[in-house]
Amino acid sequence: MIPAASQASAATARLVGAAPEATPEAAPLRAGREERDQVRLLAIDTRHGRLLDRAATDLPALLFPGDLLVLNDAATLPASLAGRAPSGAAVEIRLAGPAADEGGTWPAVVLGPGDWRTRTEDRAPPEQLAAGDVIRFVDPSAPDRRPAGELAAEVAAVSPLSPRLVDLRFDRAGAALFAALYRVGRPVQYAHQDRDLALWTVQTAYAGPPWAVEMPSAGRPLSWQILAALRRRGVELAWLTHAAGLSATGDAAIDAALPLPERYHIPRATAGAVHRAAAEGRRVIAVGTTVVRALEGAARDGHWAGGTGTTDLVLGPHSQLRAVDGLISGIHAPAESHFRLLGAFAPAPLLDAAWRRAQAGGYLQHELGDLCLLAPGMAGPTLSETRRPAAGP
Amino acid sequence: MNIRDTASLVTGASRGLGLALARRLAAAGSRVVLVARDAAPLERAAADIRAAGGTAHAIAADIGDKQAIYPLAGQAAALVGPIDILINNASTLGPSPLRLLLDTDCEDLERALAVNLVGPFRLGKVVAGSMALRRRGVVVNISSDAAIEPYPTWGAYAASKAALDQLGRVWAAELAEHGVRVLTVDPGEMDTQMHADAIPDADRATLADPDDIAARIAAMIGAGEARAPTGARLIAPRFEVQP
Repeated sequence: MIPAASQASAATARLVGAAPEATPEAAPLRAGREERDQVRLLAIDTRHGRLLDRAATDLPALLFPGDLLVLNDAATLPASLAGRAPSGAAVEIRLAGPAADEGGTWPAVVLGPGDWRTRTEDRAPPEQLAAGDVIRFVDPSAPDRRPAGELAAEVAAVSPLSPRLVDLRFDRAGAALFAALYRVGRPVQYAHQDRDLALWTVQTAYAGPPWAVEMPSAGRPLSWQILAALRRRGVELAWLTHAAGLSATGDAAIDAALPLPERYHIPRATAGAVHRAAAEGRRVIAVGTTVVRALEGAARDGHWAGGTGTTDLVLGPHSQLRAVDGLISGIHAPAESHFRLLGAFAPAPLLDAAWRRAQAGGYLQHELGDLCLLAPGMAGPTLSETRRPAAGP
Repeated sequence: MNIRDTASLVTGASRGLGLALARRLAAAGSRVVLVARDAAPLERAAADIRAAGGTAHAIAADIGDKQAIYPLAGQAAALVGPIDILINNASTLGPSPLRLLLDTDCEDLERALAVNLVGPFRLGKVVAGSMALRRRGVVVNISSDAAIEPYPTWGAYAASKAALDQLGRVWAAELAEHGVRVLTVDPGEMDTQMHADAIPDADRATLADPDDIAARIAAMIGAGEARAPTGARLIAPRFEVQP
């Protein structure tokens, strides 16, 4: 996947990594679109079995007036924390989600020494932690300084799923905890990137509460130029907050269980908008798999009025969708769990054809890559013969 | 906008108008995040508001520091939820006593722009997208009559505030369709530390009480488009608080 030239630049990045201030801020992303308006969009018409090569900026022209677009407004936490185990061994803690309530424990995954330049599955395993162990966190901007009062957390529980999946109880709460997390934490990084992603790079243009530990990336290409054009076209925007979890941990047992249960909040107004759309035969389009999980999880559990919950729902080709008609997501390979979820929206042959088209067409995968839109019917002049399904009033 | 059950972020909140605004908003039922550079007075201010029954959190940050903005906005939303009311009140005069432009260091102009103009722009970028999605929000930029009148020795501050005024007008034009209001407020001359730094020999009896001005600004936020239309530049001492 990684061309030879990039191998060299990865080696350079490792050398440069010894002196972070030397990293050129303008260095290009290896596997991403730097500018939102460069993002491409593969439109997959699930009703007519058609594929269209478009740009993210074409989204308003592809959707119909009356469509309801639901976005995940979770901001991305700096969820990667460098720390030391009781033995002094270096560990990386990746928070897996926010605490369910203030002062509660945080689910987290323990990674061994090293950093994001090594793929998670190639990282050395961490020292095994036990309940009661205390991890002391290091401020990466001053790694040699260990001031008294720096953030620490106790292992409250170790998961039966894997010894690397733990619940952490921090030594502070409220404003003091978030101040410390934003001081010592960094965004979760990706081995397919050339350089550290800054906190602002991993936010959507409409982010609110920081519940996500990795960016709800399907929304990243949606600039306000696009969102305003959608509203002017008559596409309704609604939002929920879903604690998007870790995409990979390098631990086979945890990775096989991803996505872990994730917390969501669906505002009453959003629940109402979804009901109205369904009642009026208008389509509900989810921006991101997290929105699908939240809406379908709430529907499965009977939480039709909105509210806060946790979902362990995993969707696949045989899932019956109750709330969502379409999806905007990244470009996913057949081996990914996200690809299985796409199977709930489209038959396998169409998804296979879409994957081949994405490969042949140079679409980019991963968090800062391109998009696909799966929907029953696409608007636009090239498909003037396409009839909108279940047309509303 | 009804202030009750909103989330507010007030910069420059450790003293003067910012502190008075934080108290007013908290008293009206808003969950308030107070921001300023110095942690100790800020913590005391937040503790005072909590003691009075309000909800308040302190975040020490420098609005002129690019690296501080996303952490600040993230912490604020974690503590009080997505921000509904943003008050860009923090500002710097530059070195005191004030200097003629010919004596002003370029770095001092740059610092005034960083704190008084670029900081509010950055914070607006982070916070107003969520407001626009939710169709709910008010941004208040605290300006000065120095943005309009060419007072000698006020050059760096004046230029930054004039630019902030125009930035607010464009924000207002762009955000109107998403239901977000942007107001520019000239608070007038108040009895504050900043005023004392600028004009040490002023007669304090002629200066307004920041709490009175804060009450008027809270009334602007509570007022609708008829009295405080988005994009307007409002003179706080002339804005009547209606019962």
